[in-house]
Amino acid sequence: MTGINWQKIVTPILAIVIFLAIWEAWVWYKGWPTYVMAAPSDLWPAFWRFRWLFLENSWQTLWRTMVGLGLSVIVGTLLGMIMGLSRMMNDALYPLLVGFNAIPKATVVPIVALLFIGQHDFNTVLVAFMISFFPIAVSVAIGLSTLEPEYRDILRSLGASRFTIFWKIALPKTLPEFFGALKVAVTLAFIGTNLVEIVAPHGRGLGSLFDSGRIASNYPLMFAVLIALALLGIFLYYIVVILERIFAGWAERRPT
Amino acid sequence: MTDLIAIKGVTHAYQTDAGPLPVLDNLNLSVPEGRFCAVVGPSGCGKSTLTRLIAGLMFPDKGEVWLHGELVKSPRKTVGMAFQNPVLLEWRTILQNVILPLEIVAPSMPKAKKEARARELLSLVGLEGFEDKRPSELSGGMRQRASLCRSIVHKPDVLILDEPFGALDAFTREDLWQLMHQLRAEEPFTALLITHDLRESVYLADQVVVMSGRPGTTQYVLNIDLPSPRPIDMLYSAQSVEWLATLRKQIEVAQGRTPEKEAQA
Repeated sequence: MTGINWQKIVTPILAIVIFLAIWEAWVWYKGWPTYVMAAPSDLWPAFWRFRWLFLENSWQTLWRTMVGLGLSVIVGTLLGMIMGLSRMMNDALYPLLVGFNAIPKATVVPIVALLFIGQHDFNTVLVAFMISFFPIAVSVAIGLSTLEPEYRDILRSLGASRFTIFWKIALPKTLPEFFGALKVAVTLAFIGTNLVEIVAPHGRGLGSLFDSGRIASNYPLMFAVLIALALLGIFLYYIVVILERIFAGWAERRPT
Repeated sequence: MTDLIAIKGVTHAYQTDAGPLPVLDNLNLSVPEGRFCAVVGPSGCGKSTLTRLIAGLMFPDKGEVWLHGELVKSPRKTVGMAFQNPVLLEWRTILQNVILPLEIVAPSMPKAKKEARARELLSLVGLEGFEDKRPSELSGGMRQRASLCRSIVHKPDVLILDEPFGALDAFTREDLWQLMHQLRAEEPFTALLITHDLRESVYLADQVVVMSGRPGTTQYVLNIDLPSPRPIDMLYSAQSVEWLATLRKQIEVAQGRTPEKEAQA
C-alpha cells in the first residue's frame, strides 16, 4: 500500500507502445496508403493540425455522455431497486427491459431525431442513456434479490425498518455489482453519443469530426478520431475505477 | 423460576406449489431464564423455523410463542441471533460490525459508548487488536467469534444460535464451545441452540430437546444437571457417554429408523 506500484503503471503503457509499434510495422510492411489504413505516425500530424477542434469536440462528446450516464445511474438504480425488492415487478419488467435492450440503438436514433426534432443535446443524451441503463438496472436488481436472508434477519429481528435494512445492508452490499455494471455502461454511453453524432449529425462532437474527415477524404483524421474516442473511454473508465476504490474498495481481495 | 421462552402447541406449515408442507406439529418447549437449551433433530424437522418464530420474524399457524411473559407478535429488540454463516458486513470493520445492533436498538447511545461496549466484548472473545480489520482478513473461527459478539452486544434476553459452529473445524469448534460457557458467565443470557452435533448439545446445554422428523414435535427432553462452565473433558465421562447414547437412539427414532419402543428398552 506504500509508494507507487510502478509495475502497474509501466505495464499498460508498454502494452500500448507495443500495440502501436506492431500497427506501424504492419502498415509499413504492406505498403498501404493512408486511404486504406493509416499508421500511428500519420495520426499525430492530424491531431496537431486539428488540435482545437479535437479539444472542442471531445468536450462536446464528453459532457453529453456524462449527462446520459448520470441519467442511467439514476433511472437504472431506481429500476433495479423496484425489480430487486419486488418479485412481481421483476417478473413484469424483465421481458420489457430485455426487449428494449435488444433493439439496435442505431434504429432508434432516427426515431428519436424525428420525435424531438432539432433538440440535438436532448436527443444525444437520451440515446446515451437508453443504451447504457440496462446493465445498471440488471445488476442492482440481482444484487438486491440475492441478498442472503440471514443479513436481513439480523436487523429485522431487532425490529429495524425496511428502509434501515436497505440503507445499512442491501445498498452497500450491492455496490460492487453496481460498479461492475457502471464500467460496462460507461463505454456503452459513449457508443450512444457517437451513434447520434454520426447517424443524425448535428455538427458537434467527435462523431461530427469523424464525418468531416470522411467527407474530406482525410483518412488520418478519421483514425485520429477513433483514437481520441478510445482515450476518452479510458479516461471515463478510470474515473469509475477511482470511485469504485473509494466506495467499494472493501470488495477487493488483497493478496495475503 | 419463570420460563423466558415458552412455546405452546405451535403448529406451522409452509405453503408450497404442491400444497401445504407441515413443518411443526404441536411443538411444546419451555426454557427457564438463564438456561441453555439445545435443540437437535434430523434435517428438515423445522429447527430453523423454530428460531424464526422465536425471533418474531414469522408467526405460527396455530399455537403461541411467549418471550418474557409476552406473546410474540413482532420482532423484539431483546433478541440476539447468530447463524452458521457469520454474515459479517464486508464493508465494515470488525468493531463496526459488532456495533451494528446498537445502531438499531440504541440509536441515541453515544458513539464512544457503543465502541467501548464492542471493544469490551471483542477482547473477551480474544479478538483484541483485530477491531479495525475487515472480516475478509479474519479466519472462519475469528469471524464466528465476532458474530457472537454482535449477537450479544445489545445485552439480549434471548440468544438464538442456529448452528453457529457447524462450519468450523473440530478444534476451533471446541474452543468456541468453551468460549460460550465463558460468555455465559460474563454476560448472562437465555439461549436456544440449534445443532446437529450431539456432543455440542451435551457440553453446552442444560436441557437437550430432541425434535421428531417433519413435522417436528417435541420427542424427548434430556436434562443435563451440570454447572456452567464445564471442563471439556466432561465429554469423556461415563455419564456423558450414556447421555450421548440416549440422544443417539432418540435421533434414530426421529429419523424413523428405530421404533420408539425399541429405543427405550
